[in-house]
Amino acid sequence: MDSGETVTASAVEAYDGLPDSRVIGRHAIFPQTTHDDVARINFLAQLNRHLATQVAPFVRTAWESRVEPAARAEAGRPARDRHEVRKALLRDPMFNTWSALRRMTMEQRQQAGRWIALRQAEALAAKAAVSAGDKGRLTLNPALPMPRYVSAVDHHCMAGSYHTEQFPGDVSAGANYDVGLFITTGGLLGRWSDGGGRAIVDWVKQHKPDFKPKRILDIGATLGHNVLPIAAAFPEAEVIAVDLGAPMLRYALARAKSLGIDNVRFVQADATDLSMFEDQSFDWIQTTMFLHELSLTSMQAIFRESHRLLKPGGVVLHVEQPQYTPQMPLFEQAMRDWDAFYNNEPFWSTLHEIDLDRCFVDAGFDAAKLIHDHVSADARDIFPAAADDTVEDFGRKAAWRLVGAER
Amino acid sequence: MSISLALEQAGRKPAGKRPYFLNPEVERVLAITMAVAQELAVARERIDTLERLLEAKGLLSRDEIEAFAPTADQAAQRSLWSQEYIARILRIVQQEGEAITASEQGDLLSEEVAVELTADSKT
Repeated sequence: MDSGETVTASAVEAYDGLPDSRVIGRHAIFPQTTHDDVARINFLAQLNRHLATQVAPFVRTAWESRVEPAARAEAGRPARDRHEVRKALLRDPMFNTWSALRRMTMEQRQQAGRWIALRQAEALAAKAAVSAGDKGRLTLNPALPMPRYVSAVDHHCMAGSYHTEQFPGDVSAGANYDVGLFITTGGLLGRWSDGGGRAIVDWVKQHKPDFKPKRILDIGATLGHNVLPIAAAFPEAEVIAVDLGAPMLRYALARAKSLGIDNVRFVQADATDLSMFEDQSFDWIQTTMFLHELSLTSMQAIFRESHRLLKPGGVVLHVEQPQYTPQMPLFEQAMRDWDAFYNNEPFWSTLHEIDLDRCFVDAGFDAAKLIHDHVSADARDIFPAAADDTVEDFGRKAAWRLVGAER
Repeated sequence: MSISLALEQAGRKPAGKRPYFLNPEVERVLAITMAVAQELAVARERIDTLERLLEAKGLLSRDEIEAFAPTADQAAQRSLWSQEYIARILRIVQQEGEAITASEQGDLLSEEVAVELTADSKT
């Protein structure tokens, strides 16, 4: 595209696509970025959106017009499950081109974010250290063993995962995670990447208008980006955010303080063992896009801990991508399963096929008190047109399933 | 220290074996190409910023850029740069082309020559 003359004023005026990444909110611990860093984020976000809107539809076309007919002819029957669909797609050049580009975009995103975070790692750590001195708001446990589901494979190609420290006091993993959310979600989580948290607050206000939680637990909090809207909506509540990664928690505290949220404290813990908290001591337990990164045994343990920690009348809510129900076409299931196989999300496939209701009941919850609903993020502060978005990005879209239980 | 850390580790391999969807040689070249495409977008955004700042300061108008016509000398300089640039990029094609008609003596394997050059004439 050439400058000036060839872009008509009306096209510029009508533009309602992905915004420039300079709309991302800048809190005090957000890393400094150069013009080139920002341009790289812009490019990668647009590239992700292009792959979702312009290339992924061709994968569907390839499936319908050539892959599915060929696979059916070969097997003498239609595909039986999403794995057969995926294996058939793996022989198709359009699927493979889309997949290769999607994987590279994620790798480039990680490299771009790490380039920003690592080169100023010491300065960021020094800033975070000031916040960490705030007594009682950060509890780290350097002896905490990392579970296999975090140590074996780096989720979404994020080298070193949530927990690796470059040096004592490091927060670079948090900074890298923060600068990249805009890219991978295509701006759909809003200025502070908190669309998931805002969506759950809206749901609670609408469905439980008289709910006055005194104590709230957020598990797998990472940056705290989803727990801050909850803490802001319930300023009287004491909010505790736990995560496995010390770099995340240090960053999260500095971020929360900068954004003026003072009723959250951050605790390093493996949520399969929250014995530091008493039975029935929380009114609300929340996870947001967390369950798919676990293992089956850890998830079962976390469900049991949630049941133990929840007060009678309390609620546990999990925000996740949709389950693979029999009503979901196998092609969509296979496309949604992409992250499980090609984006280092090894539990993703299992999580989305298991009977979560059964997991709740096995953990002690009453089958009659389970919650099933849908929530979605709005990004109207930075990307208003996304509200009318019909783009399906198979696992990346900011529209989720809500599963939970009351006790 | 942080710059060397970033240089060394920004592109670090994540734990977990990398999947390949295309012929690995093709996928490698595509990955390099996409990174170059990214850096072209980065350079393009910087030029755009530069033009807008210069325009805002009244040093030029963007219309002037669109309407710019080089003099004959300027055009010749730019054409020469284009020729040099393309020749650099397509060096391998030039060399593969020359190899088609290279004489046998002009296209020896270095290891064959090494055998010849290290042969002991006394034996």
